Amino acid sequence: MVAVARGTSSETFSPQNFRKRLATPYLLLLPGMLWLLIFFLTPILSLVSTSTKVPGLGIGEFVQEYRWANYYDALIAMQSQFLRSFLYATAATIFALVIAYPLAYAIAFKSGRWKNVLLVLVVAPFFCSFILRTIAWRQILSSDGIVSNVLTFLHIVPEGTQLTANAFAVIAGLGYNFLPFMTLPLYASLERIDPRALEASGDLYANGIKTFSKVTLPLSMPGVVAGTLLTFIPAAGDFVNAQILGTPSTTMIGNVINAQYLSTSNYPLAASLSFMLMLSILVLVLFYIRKSGTEKIV
Amino acid sequence: MKKVTRWFSRNLIRIYAVLGFTYLFIPIGYTFAFSFNDYVRSNMVWRGFTFENWLHPFDPLDICTALNNSIKIGLLSTLGSTILGTLIAFALARYAFKGRGFVNTLIFLPMATPELVLGASLLTMFLNLGFNPGFWTIVIAHVMFCISFVVVTVKARIASLDPRLEQAAMDLYANEAETFRRVTLPLVAPGIAGAALLAFSLSFDDFIITNFNSGTTITYPLYVYSRAERGLPAEANVIGVSMFLIAMFVVLAGQFVGNRRNSNA
Repeated sequence: MVAVARGTSSETFSPQNFRKRLATPYLLLLPGMLWLLIFFLTPILSLVSTSTKVPGLGIGEFVQEYRWANYYDALIAMQSQFLRSFLYATAATIFALVIAYPLAYAIAFKSGRWKNVLLVLVVAPFFCSFILRTIAWRQILSSDGIVSNVLTFLHIVPEGTQLTANAFAVIAGLGYNFLPFMTLPLYASLERIDPRALEASGDLYANGIKTFSKVTLPLSMPGVVAGTLLTFIPAAGDFVNAQILGTPSTTMIGNVINAQYLSTSNYPLAASLSFMLMLSILVLVLFYIRKSGTEKIV
Repeated sequence: MKKVTRWFSRNLIRIYAVLGFTYLFIPIGYTFAFSFNDYVRSNMVWRGFTFENWLHPFDPLDICTALNNSIKIGLLSTLGSTILGTLIAFALARYAFKGRGFVNTLIFLPMATPELVLGASLLTMFLNLGFNPGFWTIVIAHVMFCISFVVVTVKARIASLDPRLEQAAMDLYANEAETFRRVTLPLVAPGIAGAALLAFSLSFDDFIITNFNSGTTITYPLYVYSRAERGLPAEANVIGVSMFLIAMFVVLAGQFVGNRRNSNA
């Protein structure tokens, strides 16, 4: 914006100069856009192309037959894993929202001069390897881990109870891993709220609960939408939590895709599942943004 | 008794925040504690305190190679994505041009696509081209998914600049190049540094995309994951905790420098 305004005021407006100006943004965009076109968009097309192939004569060989029924077959074969992925991702998103909202609220309104330190602490877990933290959770929740021992000591659960290797552990793990993605956008939108709006609500005899539900929550909706998306998207495609904290009965679509690519080498099946995962998430995201009426946030 | 309940209700949100942070840091505390474990083969049960793991963190086979690869890949992809992303950010923040919608979409899509799909589609393309995945395919993949994050970070910084500062430079007869070099760039630099730090930590910690495009190359997250079943050596904890402490130091030092700059200005 500034450059446009500047150009007219401080420079002679020659045709060459104008042409140079027109070219500048494209020259700046070119290398990065090429990279994304070649290594993001082309691979997606490659994925679609592979998804309609069928096994050829040789072992591990696939030929293009444009068999769109591959998608139907893949969906039928893996419907429970698909469903489970969306179920777990939704549960993890709600779990993260419940934990992150008060946390973001406390940082935005109650932290005083500690605000910056607390914000650093929110993202700090990201600097410790994600796999390492997930393994730590498995050990903490295992039958000889700390939590189990404390609960046994308090006679809440019988001795040697295993708290990991179940659906709850997978959901909690997903929620834990993407918690900063939820907290930061929530904080950003809460922090922007004019404190006078809250005072005004109090002056109009609204109690704390009413002020929250009628003023704070609606004003923080952009943060809620951004945070839930940033948590849901990676959670739906994750397989690490289900692998480390789950059992074979908690496998998500990510585990299937991973195994089909790297051990079974059934590329058409894996490709069609990946593409369906991408499309269904995109559709959900667009629908969700439309519905919540905050199109500007992304 | 009444006093206690009132104190509780008044500080409820603070108590909650403390619990929230505790939850965030439990696994890190656990990893730190178990980096001192005198383990045999698998680091699962506490067997006693030792400094051995911290004195010889590179003893286990492959761990040094893995860390070395991760750092190299991290630096290369940080360099690549920071340059490409910063150029795009300047184009988006400073110029009016046709095709802005397309550019925005192409920046947004990689962030809205699960990592799994990014990794799987890239591997599909490499396989279709008969390309063997390895060190360089990991770098290519990391640059690709880091670009969008760099663009968003740097663009936000450029947008937050006061346009009057550049106008003042122009009024003082600085030409466009000089204004950019002596006013704009220094002001945007903290944003670029932040974006680079973000890119490095995303690259260093990436598992899913790397797992697809690594071939036989091994990085630190791949090493940790591959050992998860058989039991992880405590030296892996040492390296994880060290990286965590280094990153925290860099971030806090950056904040400190930023605060001092602000208070001097």
